[in-house]
Amino acid sequence: MPKRLAKTDVVIVGMGAAGGVAALPLTNAGLKVIGLEAGGWLNPRDFAPDELRNGSRNWPQSVPKAATEAPTVRATSADTAVQGGHPMMNAVGGTTMHYWAQSWRLNPWDFNVVSETQQRYGADRLPAGSTVEDWPINYADLEPYYDKVEYTVGISGQAGNVKGRKNPAGNIFEGEREREYPMQPLRSSPFTDMMSGAARQLDWNPFQGPAAITTELFDGRPPCQYHGFCNKGGCHVKAKSSTAYSVIPKAIDTGNLQVVTFARVTEVVVDNNGKVTGVNYIKGNETFFQPASVVLLASYAYENVRLLQLSKSGAFPDGLVNNSGQVGRHYFSHHQGAPVTALFDRDLHNWYGLPAQGVAIDEWADDNFDHSDLDFIGGANLWVHTDRKPMSAAKMNTFGEVRNWGSNWKAFIMKNADRTNTSYIQKTTLPYEDNYLDLDPVVKDPLGFPVTRITARYHDNEKRIAAYSQAKMEQWYLQAGAIKIRKYGVGNVMGASTHAYGGTRMGLNSETNVVNEWGFAHEAPNLGIIGGSVMGTSGSRNPTLTVQALAWRTSEYLVDNWSSIAG
Amino acid sequence: MPDKLKNNKKQLQNQPSNPSRRNLLKNVGLVGAAAVSSAATGNLIAADSGSVTIDTTANPIREALEVLTAEEAQILEAICDCLIPSDENGPGAKEARAVHYIDRALASHNSDARQDYMVSLNAINDFARETRHKPFYELIKDQQNSILLAVQNNKIPGLTPSASGFFNMVRSHTIDGTFCDPYYGGNQNFVGWDMVRYPGIRLGASETDVSQGAELEPNHQSAYDHATYTKMAINMNDSSTSGGSHA
Repeated sequence: MPKRLAKTDVVIVGMGAAGGVAALPLTNAGLKVIGLEAGGWLNPRDFAPDELRNGSRNWPQSVPKAATEAPTVRATSADTAVQGGHPMMNAVGGTTMHYWAQSWRLNPWDFNVVSETQQRYGADRLPAGSTVEDWPINYADLEPYYDKVEYTVGISGQAGNVKGRKNPAGNIFEGEREREYPMQPLRSSPFTDMMSGAARQLDWNPFQGPAAITTELFDGRPPCQYHGFCNKGGCHVKAKSSTAYSVIPKAIDTGNLQVVTFARVTEVVVDNNGKVTGVNYIKGNETFFQPASVVLLASYAYENVRLLQLSKSGAFPDGLVNNSGQVGRHYFSHHQGAPVTALFDRDLHNWYGLPAQGVAIDEWADDNFDHSDLDFIGGANLWVHTDRKPMSAAKMNTFGEVRNWGSNWKAFIMKNADRTNTSYIQKTTLPYEDNYLDLDPVVKDPLGFPVTRITARYHDNEKRIAAYSQAKMEQWYLQAGAIKIRKYGVGNVMGASTHAYGGTRMGLNSETNVVNEWGFAHEAPNLGIIGGSVMGTSGSRNPTLTVQALAWRTSEYLVDNWSSIAG
Repeated sequence: MPDKLKNNKKQLQNQPSNPSRRNLLKNVGLVGAAAVSSAATGNLIAADSGSVTIDTTANPIREALEVLTAEEAQILEAICDCLIPSDENGPGAKEARAVHYIDRALASHNSDARQDYMVSLNAINDFARETRHKPFYELIKDQQNSILLAVQNNKIPGLTPSASGFFNMVRSHTIDGTFCDPYYGGNQNFVGWDMVRYPGIRLGASETDVSQGAELEPNHQSAYDHATYTKMAINMNDSSTSGGSHA
């Protein structure tokens, strides 16, 4: 029998990007919150500028839980799923400890893909087999929460549309925002300046992207030092606005948040009537039952879904809040692959700098361009950035010029190590009927619980965007003076990704969605779910800021409706 | 040759604590009496083919082959020198001590690959003996290169996980050992970083630093030259960096 602990108001499962943000409005309102986190506390001493350990050996992801629970992956239900790696990490702050920290708002179109497409192009233009729906909320509904997160967590960037006033220094396609970012964007670099110049020659609108990275003294944290070990590395000066350095300490300071580290939640517990009563977790050799009036699931998409699927009961025989069979459906991972790589005839000076220090083009994203004569909907955000390290530089593409070893190769990398660049292209990705998450029938974690099985592949719409956006990217590189170009394949299998969506989708229709427009389960009103698993579309940009805005909104709704939800 | 590389080469030659293989070979003649006296001072260094010598100018170096046998290390040394050669363009994997890196990695992070190295290095050596009647490491460079190309093209039997699979792995590890932080036993004297003109780890990079590109003076520092990242930090007084205080 699990050891029964004292009841709390709210238990949050996961103290990462989403859970960390959700804790703040709750604790500010005086609710007692327990945050269960599978990892421990890390600090700037833990993130040495070490390409081998952090980048190649994946140190951040190899700490405790996620590494032993990596999902298995297969393209279709006819294939056998194979276990790969897990891209996320466990720690207080979660993957915000070591992520790139690009912090975009979705564009307004992303919330209304179905109705906008029907209206502009006709219903037959929605991709066959897609289960995409309009979100139950619009961009305008989320705008105040984007704003709160930007100003509380600490986001730097250049606004492109403040109250309808367009500013071409920012993204002119973004939705209307109430005010500027709290900090100026990360600085440009010789390389991004060169790419911006080329984009302007094409009549495109380049702009510095937004980042959860300080560019000036913010909330007691110093500005970014541009040392360049951001990718898979935490920040040595806390310039990266991880929830571990921003909202979580604030929530702890209220006296109302208790963080329990190295706690592995194994089950969400319900009573005989199907009302959620708390969670079971293992810490050390003991199992505990943490009773709570409200449970907020705030782990990563795979783990949110898995925990529900593992939590079987009399009231929910197929997994918690899954009596409509929607848990695990509408899953997709962001199409961020299929890059373009370029070789230049001069050094690019990219040895320092970070992935978020880049320049974006949004002309070919979402519905920012006319799709009348195209065979897809949506599009891609084009992104180029600084960031180079010696090991990965030596492993550069040789563009067919030399065999990849020996004296000629050595001469090639001596000349070209700082002359190449690879783009990052994020594409509209949609949910489909045949893409889903379930429990693997064979592979189990060390505790004996089945891991998540991903069955998913990109469909024609994603592959067509990939090919279209690669052509645009090639055009951009060539304009900037690239002498050679390589394009990668357009992709097929959707593997475990840092941008995973769906599985507990948000929507008004309880037959096709797991949570309502506020993030609470249709089938269990005192169970809230936050994270990428509630998102029904991806947009063409990183999800974290949207995840955090949704988390704040769910949390605030809980505070405002405490008695009806907590019951 | 860029000045930086020249400087580095000079530095290499003047570096008594890091005897290059060339120096070792020069000293082979000292085997015998010297081996006895060196045993007394603990200053033993294993060299080729079972002979033992010392570098009389060196400080004591205590290094084990943690995984590889002496002969496997010789085979691997020859392979690494084909992959990233020491040549007219400067030092390569040999000077970076990629083999030392790989041996340590096979004892730790890459222990899963230990069996593949044992099987495949010996398969390559067997192939050299069968076709050229000499061990791989005694062949001339052209012969070694042609065998290695056959490995890359999956034309040699007996390697695991496959000949090309082993090639890709050893290539990747040789690059890691040549360009990694020197803490891990490779990239000795920063020869890898100088090779690609990486100016080195800095805790901050100003706009001026960045605009200099490869002209920025290399600082030749390991991440672990910074006390904050070492196992025992010198100054632990900054409580604001200790997240544990929130727990």
